[in-house]
Amino acid sequence: MTAMTDNTTHAHAPAAQAAQPAAHAHGQQHPIKLYLLVWALLFVLSACSYLVDYFDVQGYLRWFLIVVFMLLKAGLIVAIFMHMAWERLALVVAILLPPLAVLVLMAMMAWEGEYTNYLRVFFFGA
Amino acid sequence: MTAEHVTTEHAMTEQTLRSRLLGVVADWSSDQRSFKSASWGKAMMWIFLVSDTFVFSCFLISYMTVRMSTTVEWPHPSEIFALDIGGKKIPLILIAIMTFDLITSSGTMAMAVNFAYARERKKAAILMLVTAFFGAAFVGMQAFEWSKLIHEGVRPWGNPFGAAQFGSSFFMITGFHGFHVSVGVIFLLIIARAVWRGDYDVGRPGFFTSRKGRYEIVEIMGLYWHFVDLVWVFIFAFFYLW
Repeated sequence: MTAMTDNTTHAHAPAAQAAQPAAHAHGQQHPIKLYLLVWALLFVLSACSYLVDYFDVQGYLRWFLIVVFMLLKAGLIVAIFMHMAWERLALVVAILLPPLAVLVLMAMMAWEGEYTNYLRVFFFGA
Repeated sequence: MTAEHVTTEHAMTEQTLRSRLLGVVADWSSDQRSFKSASWGKAMMWIFLVSDTFVFSCFLISYMTVRMSTTVEWPHPSEIFALDIGGKKIPLILIAIMTFDLITSSGTMAMAVNFAYARERKKAAILMLVTAFFGAAFVGMQAFEWSKLIHEGVRPWGNPFGAAQFGSSFFMITGFHGFHVSVGVIFLLIIARAVWRGDYDVGRPGFFTSRKGRYEIVEIMGLYWHFVDLVWVFIFAFFYLW
């Protein structure tokens, strides 16, 4: 190591430990058992969301269950299969925060869709 | 230099939120690179996936908009995607099978990454081929689904079941997703071949950049493949179950 790097290490004393790269000399290797567990969980969650349709659950309960199972599945895939749980927070926030902007677009378009529907009913009496 | 030795996997997990947030500031304000634990290849794949997230989000949000604004009743996916098995009509069964198929391919891909880093190249290559097989099976089932719907008269501009926008949303969303799966299968086969031959052990020049690759390419390929599975989770929830 050069002297310059040593200086950097001392300069950021509190954050120094956090600023060092994770000790992933051999890349992202995790126990196969964990992957099998996540695989099984994804199967169970998919089966659950399929059963929501099979038993024809309707109304708010249907939407609630669908969204919960969807988010749990997405979380497992991103955290374990895509190794997000072991990445540094700087990457996690850079990747996971920007897509939240989509929620704003979703809210605006829901508003717009509702309004278009209202106009169609109002003028065309559909 | 001492700090690097201290930062073991164990110490990483014990970090407080405060020190992790300090790490974000330190990473982003540091010289050379912000993503300390990710190589440029991995970071670029992640950034591509974020952009792809926006593409699929736009499709799903436009689907939401047309579905909310139409005054005609939306067709019931549960009935449209039902199959007759043994004389009984089972709702949405084809889509359920496709979901399990894709999850299975994600599981085999995750294990392929593990074996690639362990330098067990034959096992890694075989698991990648299994992943590609499940991916191809998925595309096959999608082709079956498309031809069934086209046969029943579903078109991008109309269909016999209800709101005309159903067809355009369906073909656009599942078509774009199926295209992603197809591209993934092709690249899985290319990389599985390279892994099988031991290209990353001997440093053979790659077909595209002519530079020698590393086993990390399997993990990067895996990121793409899991993303395709991830998108399907949202399509399954919003298009087929909603």
